[in-house]
Order: sequence, then C-alpha cells, then structure tokens
Amino acid sequence: MKNLLFSFLFLSTLSFSKTIEVCKTCAINSIQNGIDSASDNDTVLVKHGVYFEDSILFGKNIHLIGENHPVIDAQFKGYALIIEAKSFVLQGFKIINIQQSYTKDYSAVRVLNSTNFVIKDNILENVFFGFMIEKSKWGLISNNKISSNAVEEASSGNGVHLWHCQNMRIEGNHVSGLRDGLYFEFVSHSFISGNTSTNNIRYGLHFMFSNHNEYHHNEFNNNGAGVAVMFSKFIKMHHNTFHYNWGTASYGLLLKEIYDADIHHNLFEQNTIGINIDGCTRIKYEHNFFVRNGWAIKFTGGCYANHFMFNNFLYNSFDLSYNSRLNDNTFNFNYWSEYTGYDLDKDGIGDVPYRPIKLFSYIVNQTPETLILLRSLFVDIINFSEKVSPVFTPDNLLDEKPVMKIIND
Amino acid sequence: MLKILKYSIQDLLRSRWSYVYFIFYLLLGFVLLFLNNNMDKAIITLMNIIIVLTPLIGTIFGVMYYYNSREFTELLLAQPIKRNKIFIGQYIGISLSLTLSLVLGLGIPFVAYGLFKSAIIFDFVLLLIVGAFLNFIFVALSYNISLSTENKIKGFGYAILMWLFMAVIYDGLFLISLVMFNEYPLEKFALAATMFNPIDLSRILILLKLDISALLGYTGAVFKDFFGTSLGLLSSLGVLFVWVILPALNIVRKANKKDF
Repeated sequence: MKNLLFSFLFLSTLSFSKTIEVCKTCAINSIQNGIDSASDNDTVLVKHGVYFEDSILFGKNIHLIGENHPVIDAQFKGYALIIEAKSFVLQGFKIINIQQSYTKDYSAVRVLNSTNFVIKDNILENVFFGFMIEKSKWGLISNNKISSNAVEEASSGNGVHLWHCQNMRIEGNHVSGLRDGLYFEFVSHSFISGNTSTNNIRYGLHFMFSNHNEYHHNEFNNNGAGVAVMFSKFIKMHHNTFHYNWGTASYGLLLKEIYDADIHHNLFEQNTIGINIDGCTRIKYEHNFFVRNGWAIKFTGGCYANHFMFNNFLYNSFDLSYNSRLNDNTFNFNYWSEYTGYDLDKDGIGDVPYRPIKLFSYIVNQTPETLILLRSLFVDIINFSEKVSPVFTPDNLLDEKPVMKIIND
Repeated sequence: MLKILKYSIQDLLRSRWSYVYFIFYLLLGFVLLFLNNNMDKAIITLMNIIIVLTPLIGTIFGVMYYYNSREFTELLLAQPIKRNKIFIGQYIGISLSLTLSLVLGLGIPFVAYGLFKSAIIFDFVLLLIVGAFLNFIFVALSYNISLSTENKIKGFGYAILMWLFMAVIYDGLFLISLVMFNEYPLEKFALAATMFNPIDLSRILILLKLDISALLGYTGAVFKDFFGTSLGLLSSLGVLFVWVILPALNIVRKANKKDF
C-alpha cells in the first residue's frame, strides 16, 4: 500500500514537471531566463559553459542542476544567486568571483525563508561569503567545496553562514581560505558532520547562541584561531579532529559560556591550547585524545562541574592550567603520559593520584615571561617539589584514579 | 699544535673514555628510538639530555684530563714548543673527541632509523651543533678552572659548581627575578639574560625549532621576533661562538702567565 502510494506520488511529479535546458547555443542561453521560464517543480538543467551572470533571482520551487559544473561568474558584481523559494535543489555549479564589501554580505548563494532545500556538489571559488542561509529550515548543504583567499578579517566573509536556522544538515563540505569556515548564529537542532575546514584566517567553526546541535566527524586544521563555540546549550561534539592550530592566539577549541555539553571522542593535536574553557558549566569530556598541545586544557574562570573521564593526555607541554584555588571540576580515570605512579594491585589504575597542574604552569599563569624557562632542569626540580607537597596549586585538583595504559576504544 | 691535538685524541682513545662516552650515546639513541618509536618525540627527550648531560660530561672530562696529563704537560713545556700551542692543542683535542663521540653515538641510531628520509633532519643537525658547542664551551670553562687551581679536589669542586650554576641555579635566579619584577616589561631582560648562559641559549634555540615556538610567541612577540627568525638563529649561534672564543682566549692568557 505504502509502495503504491509512493509510486503514485513519484509518477505524478514526473508527469507534471518538465525539464528546461540552458546552454550557450540553446534557445535559452542564460540561467536567469531558464529560471524565469520554469514553473514550480520543474528542473532547469544548465549545460557546461561559462555564464557571466550575477544576482540571479528565483522564488520558484525548482531544481537547478548544473551538468559538468557550469561556471557562474559574478564578475565581482554583488551576489551570484538569491533564492527565496520555499523548496529547491541547487546542484553541480561552480560559482566564482564574488564582490568584497564592507557594508553588504555579498555571497555566492543567498537563501532566505526557505523550508525545504538541498544545496550540494557545488564548487565556490574566490568568494566573499559562500552560502548565506537566513531564516530557513530543513535544509541540506552537502559536498560543496568552498575556497577563497581571505587576507584580513575585516575584508573577508564566511564559508557557510547560517543565521536563524533550524533542522539543518551540513555534511561533507570542504571550506578553506575564508574568515570563518562554518559560522552559525541562532541555529538549533542541526547536524554538522564530515566537514573539513582548513586555513581560515579566523575560526574553522564558529557558533553562537546555537542550542541543541550536534557536531561530529569534522576536521579543523590550521585555522587562525581554531574553533570557537560560545553562548550555547545542549551541544554535542564528538569524533572531531582539531589539528595544528598554532599561533599566539590559537585554540583547538574555545568554549565560552557553554552549558550542558557533551564533548567526546575528539582528537586535539598540536594546538597552542587544546581546549580553552571559559565560564562553562556541566560539561562532560570523555574519551578525547590530547596530543602534543602547548596546553591541553586551560581554564580561564567561572567553570563548574566539568567532568573529565577516560581522556588521554599525551606529551603536552602543560596538561592543565588553572587560575584559581577553588575547584569544582573532576578528573577521573584519565591516562596521563607524565604519570609516574605505580599500580601494585594490578587493577590498571594507578595507586597514587596524579596532579595535572604543575607549579610551573601556575607560575606561567602569573608571569607569562617565565615561559622562556620551559623544559629547564630547574623547572623540573620545582615541579617535582610541588608535586610532593602542593602549596600553590589547588590540592583537590587531581586525578584520584589515573589509568595506567592508553585508553583506546 | 696539530701534533699535540693528535696526541690528545689518541691518548683519549687509548684511555677508553671516549669509547664509553660513545657507547653511552649509542645506547641512549637506540633505547630512545626503541621506546618512543617516533623521532619527533625522541628528539625532545634527547634535547633534555643534551642540555644537561653534555655540559656535565664536558666539564668533568676537561678537569680530569688536565689533572691527569699534568706531568706530561710539564714534560712538554720543557721542549721548545709554544705554551699556547700545547694548551690549545689539548683543549681542541678533548673537545673534538667528545664531539665525535656525541655525533657518532647519536648519529648512528638515528640514521639507522631513517633520519635522512624524515623531515626532522634539520632539528637533529641543530641538536648536534648545539651539543658540539656545549662541549667546546664547557671543556674550555673547566680548563680555565683547572688552570687556576692547583688542588685537584678544589678544581673538581669548582667545576661541578660551575655546571650546577649554569644548569640549575642560574635558571632559579632568573625565574625569581622574573616573578619579583613581573610588573615591569621583562621581555627584553629575559632575552638578554638567556644570552649569558649557554645552556639556556641552547635550550631555547632547540625549543624554537621543535614547534613549541608558538608557546613563546604566546607571551611576548619579542621572543619570537628574535629567536624565530634566521637572524635570531644566526646571532644565537654567534653568541655561542663567543662563548667558545672568550674562555679559549683566557686559556691562552692564563697558560702564558702561569708558573709551572
């Protein structure tokens, strides 16, 4: 019965929709004309070629499909496509040369008030903003490649920019060379997965006021300041990798005012600061790898009920930096590569607690210039004496049950 | 001078200490690579060892060799050879043989693990260069000490104290002064203070090549602007060179004046 209904629906769409071809030598030789002559549920098929068009406008529920990536060259004259359709598909285009502006957010594709749409397999090059999606729902943005050559923050835009959206899926996109790779503001109930965001001059991923979202299997490399997530609740981040965000103000992950989040199975490798935690409460960090970061974790204030379990801390210059003597955060069952304790009862858990804060990390917090003494023999000696009898570091900040072997699962 | 240099090296080889030193580094290199299985990490561990152990071994060797070969030196002095040639020959002989042990001892395991195919070859070479400099510097300093002290025990004591000062105490004083005066801009001071201690200077030189440079840049652009550039690298190596030349000249001056 169900199948019958589907096939009926399928046939009905087939019978009523038509395909309009656009090519350089066809009767219809511009994309705008193709769209104008289509009606709802039609497909506009654009053949390979270069189309010098800008501000292509449509409000119809159509499929706009490019064959072999036809090029839309906006010649630095504003937007390339402005879409206000409730439901549409945009697939297989190459959109290039979007104008920079200090007053308007010119983008390759601007979507407004859409409720059901697919944008996939597009290539965006030399753009100001890539996809600018406003006040939309139920959209899929997948397998797009967005690249540009941003130089400074003020004169560059974001790759995928979502504003006031819900129930979106952002999957498998590659973003590089923009200001923020992925930017979300007031976005909720969305899934962001399998994206790669590299070499952006500010953040690989940046979201604010975006609750109930899930970020997984994404990769963030070499971004100016890493990844910033701010003012959001009920976030899930897992299986992401944060690599090589090296620099004077660079983080793997910057958390600011985040509540009730789950951060697990992520890899933080070679970042200046793995996670910078500022004013975050009730967050669970589990099964993450922190490998060779400057600071694996840096608390900068007002953090309560952060729980770290089953994480691996491997060869970081500092495992932890903490700025107050009060502590309401817990560490349990983590693996620390610098742990030197023993396990006499052979239950896999060290018999001596591990203190992740070294005296030197406390001193560096107070007097940053002392960092120049990193890895000096004297520093090792004072760290050792502080470890034996803590005076300056919070004495309840310790891992009571450090695990003896790397946690792999 | 070359003859004395050659003789010193032969003497050290005969006394087997060079071999012990060589085998120590060889074992160290293999064990480190075996345990870490990763050249990057092995290099960081190696750095910790080089900046502490190389000066210590250089210091002890220098003092030991001087006191041990004192009688032979006096015999040489009776010959028509210039004093400075004798002492500089001995000094270069010890330093060279120590450096040779270091370079071969560490070089063989790393080459065996495929150093030439990896990207860290420059870091490794820098590490060896710094190690060589530290050998030359600390042998020279210890020669200075032993030339000015007749008493063996005293000489050893001063030499060890000198090493302790450079490796540990200096950093302690440095740290205390940074913490005490943390309300003042200290980057320039810190930069200058590192120049007066070859161990600190070597440590920072290597650190900056090992990707930790971003941490230094985190606090003050001054460090990174200076050490991060090739000019910084060259001038730091230059300062290390001065650290070799000055004590070596002092050996000559002391030796010429000394009454044997």
